[in-house]
Amino acid sequence: MSHSLTSTVAASATRTPALEIRGLGKSFPIGGLFSRESVRALHGVDLTINRGEIVALVGESGSGKSTLARCVARLEKPTCGAILIDGVDILKRDRFQASRAFRSQLQMVFQDPFGSLNPAHRIEHFLRRSLAIHGKGGGSAEETVQRLEELMTTVGLQADMLNSYPHELSGGQRQRVAIARALAVEPQVILADEPTSMLDVSVRIGVLNLMRKLRDEQGISMLYITHDLASARYVADRTAVMFAGELVEEGESLDLLSRPAHPYTQLLVSAVPDPARAGSYDPVRRAELRQAVMASTTCAFDGDANQACSADEPVRHQVGDPENRHWVRCHLYRPWAGAAGHALAGDPTQPSRPASNAQEEASA
Amino acid sequence: MTISQVSFGSHEPVLDVKDLTVKYIGDTRSTTAVDRVSFSIGTGEVFGLAGESGCGKSTIANSIMRLLKDPAKIAGGSISFGGKDVLAMSPEELRRFRWQDVAMVFQSALNSLNPVLTIGEQIVDIFTTHAGYSRKESLRRAGELLELVRIDPARLKSYPHQLSGGMRQRAVIAMAVALKPSLLILDEPTTALDVVVQQEIMAQIKDLQRELGFSVLFITHDMSLMVELSHRMAVMYGGRIVETARAQDVYTNPRHPYTQALMGAFPPLTGPRVPLTGLPDGVKFRNIPDLTEAAPGHFVAPLGADAAVIDSEDLAGAAR
Repeated sequence: MSHSLTSTVAASATRTPALEIRGLGKSFPIGGLFSRESVRALHGVDLTINRGEIVALVGESGSGKSTLARCVARLEKPTCGAILIDGVDILKRDRFQASRAFRSQLQMVFQDPFGSLNPAHRIEHFLRRSLAIHGKGGGSAEETVQRLEELMTTVGLQADMLNSYPHELSGGQRQRVAIARALAVEPQVILADEPTSMLDVSVRIGVLNLMRKLRDEQGISMLYITHDLASARYVADRTAVMFAGELVEEGESLDLLSRPAHPYTQLLVSAVPDPARAGSYDPVRRAELRQAVMASTTCAFDGDANQACSADEPVRHQVGDPENRHWVRCHLYRPWAGAAGHALAGDPTQPSRPASNAQEEASA
Repeated sequence: MTISQVSFGSHEPVLDVKDLTVKYIGDTRSTTAVDRVSFSIGTGEVFGLAGESGCGKSTIANSIMRLLKDPAKIAGGSISFGGKDVLAMSPEELRRFRWQDVAMVFQSALNSLNPVLTIGEQIVDIFTTHAGYSRKESLRRAGELLELVRIDPARLKSYPHQLSGGMRQRAVIAMAVALKPSLLILDEPTTALDVVVQQEIMAQIKDLQRELGFSVLFITHDMSLMVELSHRMAVMYGGRIVETARAQDVYTNPRHPYTQALMGAFPPLTGPRVPLTGLPDGVKFRNIPDLTEAAPGHFVAPLGADAAVIDSEDLAGAAR
């Protein structure tokens, strides 16, 4: 992969990035036992997360965000590419399965706090086990207890809740326990796959605030996977947009959401309900955006001095100030356009209407 | 002026709920899921009911449709629809009332469609049972109905699993408006859908509402979505309404701390990144008093010194 921008980003960081994903690809075989067909869930994903940085990965269901998380967490074996933690390719280091060393560098927080905590155990058990397995409990029993209490305080829970069972806690509190369990290992990177989508709305913001606090106070890096653009903007330093298994745009969160450059990002941003701009939807404009995602024949960045447009290479154009590290993939490069029936394919019978059916076929 | 008299426009209310109380009766104890709730919906009005899981909003919807099953029991209050007492309807009246007068769209379209019948068969079923049309006529109308929600009529022959999530939900909406009901209840209609699809469905509901002129009871926990769609809205907490007003007023000037917390739980898409607080874990409001009119048409449960107790100690209670 010759993405010049990725390498400059890596070089500009003073230290090696906490997590670097290079050219990650994943295909799932489909059809019967002897079928050679496969569906490409991820293709050529390059993503860098620096130390003490939260990067949000947004996209719709089926865009491949969770597959990316599962590949990085080594729950799924990627077809190709490299995953570097601290500059070491962990796919090469632990060839067959994730090692304990890897797990102590990278931890996951899952979507469902009701399913990720065993109901038969007290909260103390989860944290104590994490400490014991990874040898982070300290030398003596007192140190372990002290560490447990520290963890609870860090995630904003009372220490006496260590004796509670999961069913005694609310969803938000359980998700905090799940985060405390991840923190117990003292990881560099936390992968959070939709950590707030199952929580009640009024406690969601508390979990997001906790993520911000962990970044600011402990310098933990996070990959925050979500479909909620507003929350990505709220917690993440940078946001990457995924469509059909590939990254199409990435940049500083505020900049990316105020000036989305890719038609797909524009489509996503325009669909978020926001009372501040109620009634501003223009069906014609949205139909155009859909068309542009699927069959763009022009690129808004045609004539870019740094990167010439190309329909064959995933060229990245810089958007605005280089400070914001905001890039968008050339609109002309559309590998999904060849895949019949995929994604936002326009509805030829109703060109004037928003061609919504095709979109849903893709996301189903 | 009481709450039930306030509605959008000056129309006769289509639906009038007064002091509705619903209890879930257990062997040893019972829980009050809906506690003396009153509201009304005018003709052509979109009324939003916001709140979190377990606050009783779906129980209200099910009481209006008379779908409550044991152990739920309507313990008090009245529901009147166009002057008729819904709670006193006979099974035969109920059968006509449902679908013809009031239709409901649930969160999961997959669960409300029959997996072994095609979409067409299910729509035809509505017309033949409720409207008494012939099969041929029903089929023609079913095609029209799908066109109304921008689904290719050829899809009449599809089974639910052959449609995408958004298409299924639109098919269910088409079925709901098939008999031109005067009230449509939408219970979290887009929660399971992606944001682009959600936006399209909401736009479609708006169009249909404008075209057919029905009233809507819209239930969701997404405040942004609700403010966009509703004329008037109510915020529920623990079975009680804590605030009700015009949607724009609730958005610009939420008065109850719970409403403020709900509003603060949605980070904005524009403007600077300001820290939000939301509702701290474990905070509970208790003994929520009756609403009083804080401003014209804006009703809030007052927060006196001892009226609503904020209690962060009772964690076992917060878990529920």
